[in-house]
Amino acid sequence: MGRYVARRLLQMIPVFIGTTLLIFLMVYSLPGDPIKALFGDKAADPATVARLRHQFGLDQPMLTQYWNYLTGLFKGDFGQSFTGRPVADLIGEAFPVTIRLALYAFAIEVVIGVALGMLTGLKRGKFVDQLVLVLTLIVISVPVFVLGFLAQFFLGLKWQLITPTVQDSMNLGQLTVPAIVLGALSLAYVTRLTRTTVAENLRADYMRTALAKGLPKSRRLGVHLMRNSLIPVVTFLGTDLGMLMGGAIVTEGIFNVQGVGNTLYRAIQTSEGPTVVGIVTVLVLIYLVSSLVVDLLYAVLDPRIRYA
Amino acid sequence: MPEKTTVNPGAVAGPGTTGDTVDLAAPGVGAAAVEAAGGPANKPRSLGQDAWRELRGRPMFWIAGALLVLLIVMAIVPSLFTGADPDHADLRNHYLGEPQWSHLFQVDWFGYNKQGQSVWARTVYGARASIIVGVCVTFAVTVFGGLLGMLAGYFGGWADALLSRITDVFFGIPLLLGALVLLQAFTNRTVWTVTLGLSVFGWMQLARVMRGAVITQKQSDFVTAAKALGAGHTRILFKHILPNAIGPVIVVATIALAGYISAEATLSYLGIGLQPPAISWGVDISAAKDVLRDAPHVLLIPSAFLSITVLAFILLGDAVRDALDPKLR
Repeated sequence: MGRYVARRLLQMIPVFIGTTLLIFLMVYSLPGDPIKALFGDKAADPATVARLRHQFGLDQPMLTQYWNYLTGLFKGDFGQSFTGRPVADLIGEAFPVTIRLALYAFAIEVVIGVALGMLTGLKRGKFVDQLVLVLTLIVISVPVFVLGFLAQFFLGLKWQLITPTVQDSMNLGQLTVPAIVLGALSLAYVTRLTRTTVAENLRADYMRTALAKGLPKSRRLGVHLMRNSLIPVVTFLGTDLGMLMGGAIVTEGIFNVQGVGNTLYRAIQTSEGPTVVGIVTVLVLIYLVSSLVVDLLYAVLDPRIRYA
Repeated sequence: MPEKTTVNPGAVAGPGTTGDTVDLAAPGVGAAAVEAAGGPANKPRSLGQDAWRELRGRPMFWIAGALLVLLIVMAIVPSLFTGADPDHADLRNHYLGEPQWSHLFQVDWFGYNKQGQSVWARTVYGARASIIVGVCVTFAVTVFGGLLGMLAGYFGGWADALLSRITDVFFGIPLLLGALVLLQAFTNRTVWTVTLGLSVFGWMQLARVMRGAVITQKQSDFVTAAKALGAGHTRILFKHILPNAIGPVIVVATIALAGYISAEATLSYLGIGLQPPAISWGVDISAAKDVLRDAPHVLLIPSAFLSITVLAFILLGDAVRDALDPKLR
């Protein structure tokens, strides 16, 4: 196990370098001069432009810039945004909000998704199964931003059950509807995935054996069935946390949550290179770590998988 | 399964038809299957024919198919559905006019938007962008991801290690995020730019699926036989392995198509996809969000069409998956 973890950690290094390099190159080598953009409509003074370029290291070759960025990262330095604020500050401000929102959405989709999946998988073909299938199909078909507006229009404007936008981004109560909207798509996937695997595993030999041994129903379903059915679900959930952080761009925009999505979206629109690269770097790290956790969870869930 | 190896170029999606996007692939396979149905009863059915027989019996397939035909006709000849000009704006009479539900297919059926443009006309004309982007991105990622996956799976070794790491690198960036950063650099964005943006960050899943399918097929006896007979790599890959490995790829591609349509609308909604002179559901929804309180129909109607389109492609994908992958039934 220890060796496996070490190997997986080593494998993460090239992927991390590759992904950050890709984002770095995209942000800095594509057309559009961020320094000139700082001047807006006014004509830029060449001497000032040159000084600013030097200050942000934009006059160096691309790979040198990347190297400086990478070595800075290890010291916890994400660089400086073009407006002069350290990117680490921006990250420290926005991430707690989005992590809260994403974990909330994640909890909703795991609890409700697995519960609904178990229920429909066990009652396959019954009315409740058909109903949930149709509902999940609808949720999958409606794009997230449309779902967000529907929630905002009906819950916020028409029936006035919630405030149309979030006033306090750290208030869990106000984050409930945004979290449901953010997690809805994955919730539908989790439900369908759990349903399929539960229905499949119900017919497995070990389930019959468990029944023949006279195990109580709670143990058969709770331990034998659940544990085996959750393997594909865990795979999905592992990549999902990263997706939720990305999907926050849309949800946070609609509900005006002051998190990573909002900050990132503004930074992309104003060509704030250092901020974009910094935030995406953290998102990539979260993605890599969560996929590592998934791989380790396999060993816990499936005793046949033991990494030598 | 020896009968699967009977390569029938018409019935099995061969190299030339790999990219034929899914809505076309199924009927194409079907035409060949209908011809073959008249043949001798003991003739083994190919994978494609088998799938078509499955599909024919599914009401969901026909519902999705009918919806898609309607939407595709709408995308090709929008003037069939509305005589109104989607760009014609008349602030004088129609500022945020209410929908006239009884005026079926008329200019004011769904009312007017903030600019006094007919919501119905714009919704009809908006279908084109969504469908072009969805179909073209699917085509591009299937060809590109499929080829990379084939090379990685077939040659293995360092080629596999390298290509798989590249896939991992791109996997680290969510589709929407990557497309946002890439498209931001283009000041004039058309459907083709958006297609490019989504394709660059959309091919990884298909590459992985293809790689897995090729690795499974590579160990089959018929590949060894082909090798023993002196077939070259190209022949083995395209004539022997591809027809047998394409099934899961088609399934994933069909389901992904719905996601690309949704992604295009999301990008346009965020203002980083198509731009206002272009007519697209995402652009219209984005413009309508400011008047959500006063005129929700301006937002809800394009949203409904968008969702129905996505739904139709998902239903088609589900049907194709069930037909091509009997294990999941």
